[in-house]
Amino acid sequence: MIAQPEALNFECETGNYHTFCPISCVAWLYQKIEDSFFLVIGTKTCGYFLQNAMGVMIFAEPRYAMAELEEGDISAQLNDYEELKRLCTQIKRDRNPSVIVWIGTCTTEIIKMDLEGLAPKLEAEIGIPIVVARANGLDYAFTQGEDTVLASMAARCPDRSPVAEAEKDERNAIAKLLNFGRKKEEVAAAEAEYVNHPPLVLFGSLPDPVVTQLTLELKKQGIKVSGWLPAKRYTELPVLEEGYYVAGVNPFLSRTATTLMRRRKCKLIGAPFPIGPDGTRAWIEKICSVFGIEPKGMDEREAQVWENVEDYLQLIRGKSVFFMGDNLLEISLARFLIRCGMTVPEIGIPYMDKRYQAAELALLEKTCHEMGVPLPKIIEKPDNYNQIQRINELNPDLVITGMAHANPLEARGVSTKWSVEFTFAQIHGFTNTRDVLELVTRPLRRNNSLKGLGWEKLVQEEAKV
Amino acid sequence: MKLAYWMYAGPAHIGTLRVSSSFKNVHAIMHAPIGDDYFNVMRSMLERDRNFTPVTISSVDRNVLARGSQEKVVDNITRKDAEERPDLIVLTPTCTSSILQEDLQNFVERASLEAKGDVMLADVNHYRVNELQAADITLRQIVQFYIEKARKGGTLPEGKTEKPSVNIIGISSLGFHNHHDCQELKRLMADIGIEVNEVIPEGASVHNLKRLPRAWFNLVPYREIGLMAARYLEQEFGMPYVDITPMGVVETARCIRQIQQIINQQGAGVNYEGYIENQTLYVSQAAWFSRSIDCQNLTGKKAVVFGDNTHAAAMTKILAREMGIHVVWAGTYCKYDADWFREQVSEYCDEVIISEDNGAIGDAIARVEPAAIFGTQMERHVGKRLKIPCGVIAAPIHIQDFPIGYKPFLGYEGTNQVADLVYNSFTLGMEDHLLEIFGGHDTKEVITKGISADSDLGWTKEAQAELNKVPGFVRGKVKRNTEKFARERGLAEITVEVMYAAKEAVGA
Repeated sequence: MIAQPEALNFECETGNYHTFCPISCVAWLYQKIEDSFFLVIGTKTCGYFLQNAMGVMIFAEPRYAMAELEEGDISAQLNDYEELKRLCTQIKRDRNPSVIVWIGTCTTEIIKMDLEGLAPKLEAEIGIPIVVARANGLDYAFTQGEDTVLASMAARCPDRSPVAEAEKDERNAIAKLLNFGRKKEEVAAAEAEYVNHPPLVLFGSLPDPVVTQLTLELKKQGIKVSGWLPAKRYTELPVLEEGYYVAGVNPFLSRTATTLMRRRKCKLIGAPFPIGPDGTRAWIEKICSVFGIEPKGMDEREAQVWENVEDYLQLIRGKSVFFMGDNLLEISLARFLIRCGMTVPEIGIPYMDKRYQAAELALLEKTCHEMGVPLPKIIEKPDNYNQIQRINELNPDLVITGMAHANPLEARGVSTKWSVEFTFAQIHGFTNTRDVLELVTRPLRRNNSLKGLGWEKLVQEEAKV
Repeated sequence: MKLAYWMYAGPAHIGTLRVSSSFKNVHAIMHAPIGDDYFNVMRSMLERDRNFTPVTISSVDRNVLARGSQEKVVDNITRKDAEERPDLIVLTPTCTSSILQEDLQNFVERASLEAKGDVMLADVNHYRVNELQAADITLRQIVQFYIEKARKGGTLPEGKTEKPSVNIIGISSLGFHNHHDCQELKRLMADIGIEVNEVIPEGASVHNLKRLPRAWFNLVPYREIGLMAARYLEQEFGMPYVDITPMGVVETARCIRQIQQIINQQGAGVNYEGYIENQTLYVSQAAWFSRSIDCQNLTGKKAVVFGDNTHAAAMTKILAREMGIHVVWAGTYCKYDADWFREQVSEYCDEVIISEDNGAIGDAIARVEPAAIFGTQMERHVGKRLKIPCGVIAAPIHIQDFPIGYKPFLGYEGTNQVADLVYNSFTLGMEDHLLEIFGGHDTKEVITKGISADSDLGWTKEAQAELNKVPGFVRGKVKRNTEKFARERGLAEITVEVMYAAKEAVGA
């Protein structure tokens, strides 16, 4: 038995690792915010990434595009303002979005293009709000792109509730959905299902069905979600008054959290993230505790979910999983998988905000102690080459990795799952537990079905890595 | 600034990496921000490569921006040199890091002092050339580097191989059907008694580059990658090259005749006419297909062609010359080499289009309403929208361009593959004819299957709305499973809560 370290161990490596560029967030945010247009201001390198590596082929001219910087832009021979005005006027004419989100890139950072300075002027001139997010790879990794966009959007949320009743309806789209077709008295009756508590706004971009699911989970506890950042439409951004409570659903939103606290004077509920039944329960319980509500039926709810996935748990119990680090969901997923009975020798992660993830880290530690397994080593800014040497030594049952390393590892007999799938799949809340395990167990189930064929190593000599 | 939704050719560093990573035991270091190294993903995912892509990022972050790379790049080069002992390390920036104006050449020189292998900086202007041009430039640079090195070291082999021999130049990683083309070219060379001296860059060792001049001639099958290296070798050693793409029956024959002429000038004394005739008339099925009754029905059908220079030009010629199809327009996105394209295709089509703008190409397709399109993945998509079939003949590269089965575009087997592609792209010749004669064969109404039997369960409006959010292809399953769940529990009404309870319970 390995001696268990007292506390979590954090290390930092070289940062020579592969992950997606943070501009990839446009791929899901443009779909989430239906009246938006995302303009990525960068080079051919950025554009080809979105088109090719992300597999998001810009076929039908969707609501995002590149403002491709050319030599004249780089050498400052052209006027940035005039150029952006030309492009944004065209976008307004062709698409007429409710908001244009400028995504700054490494190149706009390097040439010091003053996007924040240009936006207000252009916004006034063309009459469309322009939100600026610096989703560049110099400072951020992959999912943090969403963080930069939401942090900027937080500044655009209205700061007081609209007075008129009609407008209120407009703002609260979820309430409208839930009350759809009901009479006014019924709505009033429905309101009575809620406990009286200060307004709560949730932040993080989730697919609409998951938004509904988490909203309903909180409703069961009498908690009303006043709004989501982002909302389905830019025009429905939630009201944020001073003193409102906010809670995040994703572990990569530390800037958004900071912005909400410092700039909007909201109160952050620091909780583990609602991923897996254990995390979802902890998240709900924490929100309940802040509002002084005694959570109801959580034991049964959690137990029920575990029971429903027992067939999958049998496949992974006692197995080990190695996270190479990609999308910043690593801590939450590791904590959930340890609760499922797995062991985790190493969690690679691009960036570790120990404050924003404090509750999640504490739950990870607690889970390890309760399950009687060693604490994982947490490697910030990993070095992929070193990691592969460690994978060779540790021989884990599963490696959760970015797309660049999956096939080569599979060819060497190592089971892998793409980390990016957890970014795009519905993994939040009680309801989606099975979906997470569906992903985690798929390589194991697949390899079980191939077992006995002797197709383990598909490279002739052990190639140097 | 340019508003861009799509690119036909990638950025320059992709071209450089395609060449460097094609060689055996050559590693590339990218001086670039995190995320710019997606070439690794393309290799591993699109090409389904079993090996780790020999490209490592030396990441540019805020620190590098503030204080310069300092030792970082040099350290990463020497570290990789020690870890994997590559023969050569190629350093490349991307569009982004190239504007930092760091003295990368100096880093390379410093790293060379310590490294056991060779180190070089890929000399490419990232704002002036695209992927294809950069690949061509990098290949020339590497060839030149090793020729000069051998010359300096006095290790350049003298003379030619005993038997007629060829270097095949331009086969590369992430090239459109390159691996299968290469196999087919080797077979063709074997058939006509020519030894393959070297294939570069794919699978080649840089140590063997000094042996390039021993071949009797160079074959450059693709217009985009390899010409610069071939011209360099011609200039240095007077090596002739053949740059006729052997795609289609007529062009393959022309390519072989050119080879015959070149090696006979060097005293080979071969005559390939018999081979060409045998292949054309009896071995390849393409000429017979052209003469067959099915192809007759393609006569005069309208098609448009778009792609890179190599494939768009060759395809235009095949359609017009070998199948009697009317090419309304032919186009290329290789703007930098537009004159060549015009000269190649203008006699085979009504109009020539040179454009990098996918929107303009889409409009041009819509304008002429062809019966079939031969283009890239983008035109395939345009075709889908317009309900016009499209055969994909050129990059931008896509996972479908790496079929598991053998599908070359070049040589005599290539002629068969292309004929199949053409035939299957059009509404089948015979079928088309019969449809006209008999007025269609699907006379019965399509019987649509309901998503569930008439149900006694009520769905609340919210649940119905939620159900409508479920993607269409699984909606029926979700509905059935939810209703089954509700029935088992004796629930009369399905609410959103019931829907999600069902999802949890039965994975509906």
